[in-house]
Amino acid sequence: MQPLNLLLLTMVLAVVAYGLGYARSRALAMPLGGVRHLKSLPGYYGVRAAIWCGVPALIILALWAAFEGKVIQSIVVGTLPETMIPDSAGEASLLMSKIGNVANGSLPPGFVEEPVAKAAELLQALQVQSKIYMTGLVVAVALLAGFLGWIRIRPLLNAREQVEAVLRWFFFACAGVAVLTTVGIVFSVVFETIRFFEQVPFLEFFFGTSWSPQLALRTDQVGSEGAFGMIPLFTGTLLISFIAMLIAAPVGLMSAIYLSEYANKRVRSIVKPLLEMLAGIPTVVYGFFAALTVAPFISDLASAIGVEASSQSALAAGLVMGIMIIPFVSSLSDDVINAVPQSLRDGSLALGATQSETMKKVIFPAALPGIMGGLLLAVSRAIGETMIVVMAAGLAANLTANPLETVTTVTVQIVTLLVGDQEFDSAKTLAAFALGAMLFIATLLLNVIALKIVRKYREQYD
Amino acid sequence: MNTMSSTTINQVQAPEEKVMPVTEKKPEDTVLEEGVTVGTPFADDPKFKLRDVEVFYGESRAIKKISLDIARNEVIAFIGPSGCGKSTFLRCLNRMNDSIDICRVKGGLLLDGQDIYDPKRDVVELRARVGMVFQKPNPFPKSIYDNVAYGPRIHGLANRKSELDDIVESSLRKAGLWNEVKDRLDAMATGMSGGQQQRLCIARTIAVSPEVVLMDEPCSALDPIATAKVEELIAELSESFTIVIVTHSMQQAARVSNRTAYFHLGHLVEVNETSKVFTTPEHELTESYISGRFG
Repeated sequence: MQPLNLLLLTMVLAVVAYGLGYARSRALAMPLGGVRHLKSLPGYYGVRAAIWCGVPALIILALWAAFEGKVIQSIVVGTLPETMIPDSAGEASLLMSKIGNVANGSLPPGFVEEPVAKAAELLQALQVQSKIYMTGLVVAVALLAGFLGWIRIRPLLNAREQVEAVLRWFFFACAGVAVLTTVGIVFSVVFETIRFFEQVPFLEFFFGTSWSPQLALRTDQVGSEGAFGMIPLFTGTLLISFIAMLIAAPVGLMSAIYLSEYANKRVRSIVKPLLEMLAGIPTVVYGFFAALTVAPFISDLASAIGVEASSQSALAAGLVMGIMIIPFVSSLSDDVINAVPQSLRDGSLALGATQSETMKKVIFPAALPGIMGGLLLAVSRAIGETMIVVMAAGLAANLTANPLETVTTVTVQIVTLLVGDQEFDSAKTLAAFALGAMLFIATLLLNVIALKIVRKYREQYD
Repeated sequence: MNTMSSTTINQVQAPEEKVMPVTEKKPEDTVLEEGVTVGTPFADDPKFKLRDVEVFYGESRAIKKISLDIARNEVIAFIGPSGCGKSTFLRCLNRMNDSIDICRVKGGLLLDGQDIYDPKRDVVELRARVGMVFQKPNPFPKSIYDNVAYGPRIHGLANRKSELDDIVESSLRKAGLWNEVKDRLDAMATGMSGGQQQRLCIARTIAVSPEVVLMDEPCSALDPIATAKVEELIAELSESFTIVIVTHSMQQAARVSNRTAYFHLGHLVEVNETSKVFTTPEHELTESYISGRFG
């Protein structure tokens, strides 16, 4: 049976176990005078039986599915004659795919060497066997464990505690998935970054002012030396993010203040969702809005007042990105401003302060940590944004502070480095990981700094 | 069919079972006439002259035609069961109800002969004259100094730092807090004890030199010792301010006030000298309330 079907079957068995467990606990309870003489509610006995039936079987299924391929492969390779044993990972995978192709019939056995054809037969046989063993084992374990779980249902058995314990581990595992994924990403980035620095010197990457990640195909090619200086990329990122925050921070904050302090309920209920809709527009849409409308407008405007501007500019990308992240600032700030206790507002108003004085002197300081959080989220969003920059700011890595010139950002370069056919051991592709690591460190530092600021300036209310 | 007929029988039988012994009339059942208050609600040359005041929350009427005078430099206590409208009425006196969208106030409310609810009235000036202390201590999350200096700064009462220092010191002295906090004026106000916080809120209120101080159950969140200190403070403040205090504690009303007003379901039932209210109340509802029969 296929693993997926087996999974479904196990689930069906678990559901049946639930029903049987439920029924058995009720049947046990009735002679005693009702369900309240059980340690736990019948539902808990049902869930416990289902766990007994399903969980061990599913664990076996998962392990089997994970290791089946490796084990079969090692057996198959073991039968090959000494001369054919592959001596590199690349060869091994070529050989295995050849054997696999013969086994599934896409390559006729007559076209390959004798041992390979034999190995293919063996592979096919082993795969069939493995399926049968797996099905048998999983179903047997499900039935046996389910039966054990069912037969051991007694009125004094505290099923509730056991179910709670299992759920606790289940939730723990779910939380662990996110953490482990993060750890995995960090490690893979770190290792690739180390490999990158084996090929490109440290100093060049950190302090180089030119970025052109081209590698020569021939040694005598023009411009054969690639340049991997990250400075232009980071200045580009900072420039665009800065422009974006210049728009988003004041506009977002003021609209949050309006919504939470001045707008009446009706206006608020209409305006807030509309504002939040800005965050729901796909960034590609923002991107072509920036590229087709804003960027030409800016370059026309610039030439009208006699300043030179390219058709793609940091300003265009920054402006549109600023609009995009307004809701991040406004929505979060609105929430924290609302969370400031009404008693503080009353206290200030009762002293004769106006609404804006109350806002400025009492509410804002009290809400500052949350507002900082919102701003920070917006900044990290701006740093990570790619699509708008690709479309509106260009790809040229210029080291400039002039917002009318075309610039590029870290994320955009990561995309261009990895798009298309690439080998994964050249400095060009590894540079993407190094940039990613730098981006990660940058946002981490940003978070730490913001936390420090928040701790220092927060006015705690209780 | 069966169920229907059985219901009919039940309905017919129900009144017969409901034979109850005739009990004495409960005080809650007393029908109150609108706008009628027994005792001495009026005074000559009052600070507040309030006539036929009505307050609506949306459709429901929380205050029903209350007329009352509040004399200069008196301490008047509002008592009554929960939900009787005493806090709502108090908040009309400095228009703190303005921030509630659905709240409307009708009637004549005059402070020194000027209409409080005149649309052209400057609310900032009104609240500077009529300060308020709330039920739960609500110091700003700032330093003790900044809390007291908040009002004077807003109203520009001090031209120099030294003047501001003087205002802060004298306000804290009047609130009986100076000796406790003079060495730590820069400490966060939220780190003080509940009683200290409430006295700080009082200091903050009197720092803008109001004429009237409204207090909305100022001691309900405090322990007995802190309460005693605040009550002592109220007695001292009564020499220079008109004080209106809402309280749940009848002992407190008896201890601190000259006059006591008894509210019931949005009506002002009785206003009299405090000693009279607590010894020989005129209205039967007042009598039942102070003798603890309900509330």
